[in-house]
Amino acid sequence: MEIFLQQIINGLVQGSVYALVALGYTMVYGILGLINFAHGEVVMTGAMLALSALTALIGWGVSPLLALPVSLMLAMAGCMALGYGIERIAYRPLRHAPRLAPLITAIGVSIVLQNLAMMIWGREYHAFPQLIINRPHLIFGAIINDIQIIIVVMAIGLMAGLMVVVHRTRLGRAMRAVAENQHAAQLMGVDVNRVISITFMIGSALAAVAGLMVSANYGLAHYYMGFLLGLKAFTAAVLGGIGNLRGAMLGGLLLGLIESLGAGYIGDITGGFMGSQYQDVFAFLVLIAVLVFRPSGLLGERLAERA
Amino acid sequence: MNKRSAPSPLKGEGWGGGEKPVDRPLLEIHGLQVAYSGIHAVKGVDFHVAPGELVALIGSNGAGKTTTLKTLAGLLSPASGQVIFDGKNLAKAAAHQRVAMGMALVPEGRGVFARLSVAENLLMGAYCRSNQTEISDDLARMYDLFPRLVERRDQLAGTLSGGEQQMLAMARALMSRPRLLMLDEPSMGLAPLMVKKIFATIQDVAAQGMSILLVEQNARLALQVAARGYVMEGGAITLSGESSDLLGSDAVQRAYLGG
Repeated sequence: MEIFLQQIINGLVQGSVYALVALGYTMVYGILGLINFAHGEVVMTGAMLALSALTALIGWGVSPLLALPVSLMLAMAGCMALGYGIERIAYRPLRHAPRLAPLITAIGVSIVLQNLAMMIWGREYHAFPQLIINRPHLIFGAIINDIQIIIVVMAIGLMAGLMVVVHRTRLGRAMRAVAENQHAAQLMGVDVNRVISITFMIGSALAAVAGLMVSANYGLAHYYMGFLLGLKAFTAAVLGGIGNLRGAMLGGLLLGLIESLGAGYIGDITGGFMGSQYQDVFAFLVLIAVLVFRPSGLLGERLAERA
Repeated sequence: MNKRSAPSPLKGEGWGGGEKPVDRPLLEIHGLQVAYSGIHAVKGVDFHVAPGELVALIGSNGAGKTTTLKTLAGLLSPASGQVIFDGKNLAKAAAHQRVAMGMALVPEGRGVFARLSVAENLLMGAYCRSNQTEISDDLARMYDLFPRLVERRDQLAGTLSGGEQQMLAMARALMSRPRLLMLDEPSMGLAPLMVKKIFATIQDVAAQGMSILLVEQNARLALQVAARGYVMEGGAITLSGESSDLLGSDAVQRAYLGG
């Protein structure tokens, strides 16, 4: 029972991160019909920027409690600029090109960003500084620590905030209108390019937060960390129904839980033949299963008309 | 055709919010040519709409009417020619800027946002406006003008019938407080009763002083409500004049009125 609860906690923490990243994929897909494969690299950039800022601020003697939010803000600002730039340079010129073109460009952007990060931050793993005393808490025999609590609470807050923006504000209405019919949105006076830019920036800001969360949780950051994380978050978006915001959140949480429970019990199930190193397999089993049995995802219904 | 300029009985007292009538047309099109994906759809068109006037642009399918409207709204760029709205050349105005200038297009096929509620669609119409009090006043006015929309205000627009969607699309366009309302085939795909309702509303709106450019395949219907009309064929305007004259003209009778 303790193991089960522990895996649930781990799954929720990891799932919160997936959900935040999946939202970035799904928002861009919803509005442009484009899978922004560079999004995982934005997460990585966020983690690296936050880490650099943290290290610098701590080095200048700034207190950790101030340094953390400031680094997060800087990482978010940096990623918003990056997201804006990616769309402006790599995708906007291809807005009316065949769908394959921006997809290939996305992969190209991803490779460029990885290599840039490698040049800037090197190939080595960067340790996340121990800033706050990460106290463990015991719940029914399972452990959840401060950082994990912060991750889940922040993720829930950000997702709730995003839902409010999308469903209750003028900007959100414009985003949904552009997602549905760009021409009609223009006829309402919506500057479509501006709305698309803002969408990329919001997704990138969430990615920056997710990047900081991952590196704080694992205590590590690396120029290559965005690749696998991005693929898994994309899987989460597909699982929930790509283009659907609630789907991305649900898919993220579910994927986190599936992975965590899978890794926790695969040893028992296979009699010790396979261990938790097979954790990553589960995400892609889920991706394959969804694509085969329910390509529109759990909450999606639009894939058929879009693809 | 001749150029009699008797005031239309359709017009009310106000000329678009009580302004004095001016000599300058609200909308002037000079030598407009439009080509897209290799098709030369509009081949040098001139026409105008005076303030408070309801003008019909009629013609068969493929005559270039929709292309003309899309170009006026800024969705297509002209190959040559000028669009002048309220004295300003629109060559450099993007589609979304034209809405703020006072042009509203109800597109062919209505273009309502199916996954937004009726109320949200109407608010999208007011996207360029910031005065919340005026916006809620206008919302109330739209619900007055189209009582059907009240019952459905929280429903997704995609669940409305074709006629209700046309009402919504018109109401949404009016929410921008346009000075020129452009309607593209408002009768398309609607049952005769609904067409009647829509056209009665168009007349109402016109009677309140709105300048309207009405594009229709249904020539008789359009000319019955419009003061003047232009007949478009093969990308060019072939006839123009008072609606009554056009309705009586042999050419229009033969080509569009089935007699």
